[in-house]
This record gives sequence, C-alpha cells and structure tokens, in this order.
Amino acid sequence: MKKTYKIDVDCAACAEKMQEAARRTPGVKDAVVTFMTLKMKVEFEEGADPDAVMQAVRENCRKVESDCEVFL
Amino acid sequence: MKNLTEKQKNLLLRILAAAACVIVLRLLDAYLHPWYVRLALYLVPYLIVGHDILRKAYKGIRNGQVFDENFLMTVATLGAIGVSIHDSVKGGGDEYLEAVAVMLLYQVGELFQSIAVGRSRRSISDLMDIRPDTATIEVDGELTEVDPDDVETGSCIVVRPGEKIPIDGVVIEGTSTLSTAALTGESLPRDVEPGSEVLSGCVNLSGLLKIRTTAEFEESTASKILDLVENAASRKSRSENFISAFARWYTPIVCAGALALALLPPIILALTGKDPNAASWIYRACTFLVISCPCAVVISIPLTFFAGLGGASSQGILVKGSSFLETLSKVRTVVFDKTGTITQGSFTVTGVHHSPLADEELLGYAAHVESFSSHPISVSLRKAYGLPVDREKVSEIKEISGKGVTGKVDGHTVAAGNLELMESLGISAKPCSHPGTIVYMAVDGAYAGHIVIADEIKPASKEAVAMLRSAGVKKTVMLTGDTEKAAAAVAQEAGIDEWHAQLLPGDKVDKVEALLSAGDAAGKLAFVGDGINDAPVLSRADIGIAMGALGSDAAIEAADVVLMDDDPRKIAKALRIARRCLSIVHQNITFALAVKAVCLLLGALGIANMWLAVISDVGVMILCVLNAMRALFVKNL
Repeated sequence: MKKTYKIDVDCAACAEKMQEAARRTPGVKDAVVTFMTLKMKVEFEEGADPDAVMQAVRENCRKVESDCEVFL
Repeated sequence: MKNLTEKQKNLLLRILAAAACVIVLRLLDAYLHPWYVRLALYLVPYLIVGHDILRKAYKGIRNGQVFDENFLMTVATLGAIGVSIHDSVKGGGDEYLEAVAVMLLYQVGELFQSIAVGRSRRSISDLMDIRPDTATIEVDGELTEVDPDDVETGSCIVVRPGEKIPIDGVVIEGTSTLSTAALTGESLPRDVEPGSEVLSGCVNLSGLLKIRTTAEFEESTASKILDLVENAASRKSRSENFISAFARWYTPIVCAGALALALLPPIILALTGKDPNAASWIYRACTFLVISCPCAVVISIPLTFFAGLGGASSQGILVKGSSFLETLSKVRTVVFDKTGTITQGSFTVTGVHHSPLADEELLGYAAHVESFSSHPISVSLRKAYGLPVDREKVSEIKEISGKGVTGKVDGHTVAAGNLELMESLGISAKPCSHPGTIVYMAVDGAYAGHIVIADEIKPASKEAVAMLRSAGVKKTVMLTGDTEKAAAAVAQEAGIDEWHAQLLPGDKVDKVEALLSAGDAAGKLAFVGDGINDAPVLSRADIGIAMGALGSDAAIEAADVVLMDDDPRKIAKALRIARRCLSIVHQNITFALAVKAVCLLLGALGIANMWLAVISDVGVMILCVLNAMRALFVKNL
C-alpha cells in the first residue's frame, strides 16, 4: 500500500535525511521524499498499520531534523 | 515582503536586528575594553541571529547527527570565537566580528534559499494551475458552489465564462469556445456545442455552459495530470541520486579534512621543533567546516529538474519523472508508429479515378451502399460525400467478408470493394497505382472507377522530422502495419530514414528490440505512438512517448512522456527542453563543485578566510538557484 503525506522542511539536504529516516522505520518498505513538492510518498509493508507506522516515521524524522513536520 | 511566511519574516527581522547591532558595535569599537566586554557585546548579535542554529546543533548531537550543517556552523563559529579569545588574551587583534558575520551571512543564505525555493515552487504550480477548487452545480434551478470532490458522475454542473471546467463531461446546453492552452499548450481555442465532450482544465471563454459530468473529480483529466506531474518529481534522476550520494560523503570527508588540518600540521611542526601556531591551523579548519555545507549543490539540482518538468508541462508535454528527462536528453534514435503520429490516424478520400460518372455521383453510390457499416473506410466515404445519406434508397445489402459490399441504391445495382470482388463479379477493373486503400466500384454491372482512401500525413510531420534532426537525432524509423507502398510514400514525404511495413503488433516489439541492440549504448531510443495498441512497444523502448493523449488513459498509463495534443513537432521540443535542463544541471554541478574545491584549497593554504568561505557558499547557491530557474522558461525553445 502506498500513501502520500504532506511535509514541511527547510532544506534539500534535510529532506534527504528525512527520507533515510523514514526508510529505516520498521513497517516502511520504501519512502521517497520530494523536497520540491514537499511530499513524502510511503510504501508500507504487508500488514503494517499506516497510522502507527507514520507516528514512528514522524518521530524518526524529528530525530534527524528537529525542525520538520509530517502532516498525518 | 508580504509574500513571506511567518518563519521567513522572523528570520529576516533577526538578521536586520543583528546587522544593526553589529553596526553600532563597530561605531563604538574604540571604547570596548577589555576583551571580555567586547566578547559579551559581540555575542548579542551572534545569539540573535544564530540561537536556533546552536539549539538545533545541540539536538542533533543528542540524536547522533554529527554531520548536520547546524553542527558544522556551530563548531566553525565557536571555533573562530575561541581563536579570537586566544589572540586577544595574547594581546593581538581580536575579530569576534568574523564569527558573527559568518553566522549572519549563513542565515542570509538560508533566507534567500527558502524564499527562492518557495517562489519557484509557487510559479511552477501556477503554471499547472488547471484544477479549480470549486464546482457550481444546478439543483432545481438554483446554483450552488460545492467542493468538486462531492459532485457525482452524471450531475449537471454550470461553468460560467472565464471559469475553468472542473470535471470531464458532455455539454448539454450552451455554446462557447474553450481554451485548452493550460492542458496542451495549444493557443487556438476550440468551439463546443451541445453534445461535445469537454475536458476538465479547459477554460470557458465566451458562453455559459451546462455540462453533464462523465467522471468523478479524482478521475478527471485535470486531476490526473496534476497527479502525474506531482509524482514525477519523486522519480529521481541519476544526477539527483548522484548529488545526494555525494552529499552523504562530502560532508564527512571535509570534516575529517578539517580535523586533520587542525591536528596534524601543529603536531608535525611541534615535533620538528618549530612554532606549532595551533590557533592559525584551527582557524583554517573552521574555514573548512564553513565550506563543508552541501546545501547549495543539493538544492539546485532537484530545483532544475522540477523547473524543467514544470516548463515542459506548460507546453503540453508531461514527463513522468526527472529520470525520463535525463533519458530524453540522450535520445539519438526516434521510432515512430505511423498511424496517429506521422499521419492523421483517420482515413480520407484522396482521389476518385477512371470514373465515367461525376465524382459526387460515384461517392454518393459508395456512401449509400456502405451506409450500414461503421468501418473507418465507410465513415470516410460518407464524410467525403458530405450530404446526408438516405437509407430508404438502399436495399438488398450484402456484405462479402474480406471483399466488400453489394446492394441496390435507387434501383441501380452497386458493388464496392477490392479487386477480388470485381473479379468474382466478372468485371474487369483497372488496378490503381496509388498508395492507400482502394475501393473499386461497379454500377449496374459495369466498372465505374475507383476511390482512393488514404491516411493523410500530418501537415507538420515533415517539419517535425527536420526539427528532430536539428535537435541531434541521428536516425528516424517508421513502423507500420500498412502496405509497403503506403509506408514508403509517407516515410519519403516526411523525410524519415528507414521504414518497416506490414508489421503485426508483435513484430513492432521485435523491430524495436533489434534497433535497441543495433544502436550504440550511449544514444537512447524513443518510441512515439498514439497509445492505442502499442503499449508493449512503448514500455520496451528506452523511453515511450504517447501523443494525442488528451483523454486517453491507456496512453498516459503506458508512456513515459505524454504529449497532450497530436502535434509531432512537440517531440523535438520535448528533446530540447530535456537537453537544456540537463545542461543546466551539469553547469550547476560543475560550477558549485569547482568553487567548493578552490575554496577548500585556498582555505587549507590559509589564503581564504572565513568571510570568503561563507560568501562563496551563499553566492554559489544564489547563482545556482537563479540558473536553475532558467529551466522553467521553455516557450521559445
């Protein structure tokens, strides 16, 4: 399952870091962050609960870039 | 000013306040003694402008993000302050100003970047502003504005002059002209009347239209196109991946370099008995750290691609991802499917030969005897006749499969079909030498001439092929299921190098594969089709281009590049846009990396100070961003 989320972040390198952080989150199969459109496209693993996974994704993103937001 | 976000305004105010503070301190400079008073006073603007950087750096360290740019700026500026304290305690010059200025300039750069990116994001989305936010529906004669998402298929919506059509549908009342410019880049308006199909994203220019919707908002053309363009940016190109991989390694390497610069020379100097001059080496290391922020490069590459994608879509060329823009720029071979790309894709009567009757009369017989068929040939005959067909006059219609039709029209026996039909009826016909489909006619048992029907070449095809050649395409190939004669005629007229006729759909894939393995590895192969029946070939080629795709889902699905209208000249335009976009990308990468390399070298040698480092960093970023925006302006390419 794939879902797209709006995000807010200040710089391109930071967006790259968010992408890495999201990819490392358990339950995420793949994630692509596009700085230009401020969107995060997440592909979830089979059977994962998107809401719970996204909470974890947001937390992990905050860790690498304190000044970011993922709109759930 | 008024376009800035809260965050940007806040930062701007802090920059101005800190700058004012610095000016005052400079004026009072002579009175500021001893060194700790100066330090305390200079820390005021430093903290005003940089407190968030320090805070983020602290958070970053706690979360194990050592090579965070905030961390780098913090270490560099604190290092510079430390060196200044050291110098002033020893009684030398003290330049706390430098650390403040570096932080200040860095923040100016951040602010500019944020404004520039926000602005370009807006101007690109303005270009693609084809999806209206509201729809007007009519319920019991009353007009109400609603969210277009809530409009069900089959509802009646009202579109006033000047408004965009929100949802695909069919006109049920009113006549008007529509501008499809936002969808196709085509400036010629289109007339619509009751019964016409209209697509969302078109602008209603003159009259009030009532439209019965045939799709939901989400499934409408405008929504689909926007979706496609927005998703395009997430299919990243090799250059983008290169730059993010580069950024991952660049920062740690430069930091390691900085550490080595701070430690090794002083140690070596001390061991060899010379003055280690540690402060100077630490200062040089700090300069390194300022140069180590990769953002200038990292931002300009995706920005260029995004601008290129936006510019292309403003011309009715939808590229499904930056990676395809990259492939498109390397296309050396273009393979066309004939029907619908080089030719109109619709049959027209191009000649009436050897007829003892008047042309109109013969066409009349043909149109009538074929009046019960919906075959494209029959349709073209009726179109050429031009007058309404009276089916009452027609009787005893007999279709002879694979040969043609016989019947009675106005009491005359009429036969229309191929040579075999004439032979089977014992009528001697004169074979035609023209390319195309030939309908032989016999009236009352006697040969009455033949009608030539051909798929006409598009007027722009010849120019399009010439444009491709001037855009650097080495070879053009045409594939068709049509006869050799028809293929040769079309290919020669359009100026195409090579053609293969009488191919079945499966053969086209084989031909493309043969061309792929025959071509050199560097040049890419593009296949251009109309999206009907050629999905396998579209996906087999290095890049699949579907044209005339407005409203055709299958084509949008299968192709990598979608041309919204059927103008073949757009192919060359797409190539040019891609090529310029890529050349801007390469300019930016080369320029930014070269400046960084030079600054690192000068910094290591102690020639460049921190001022130069931060100014070059901000300057490179500004130039790269401005250069990237050029990719948006593609109108005259």
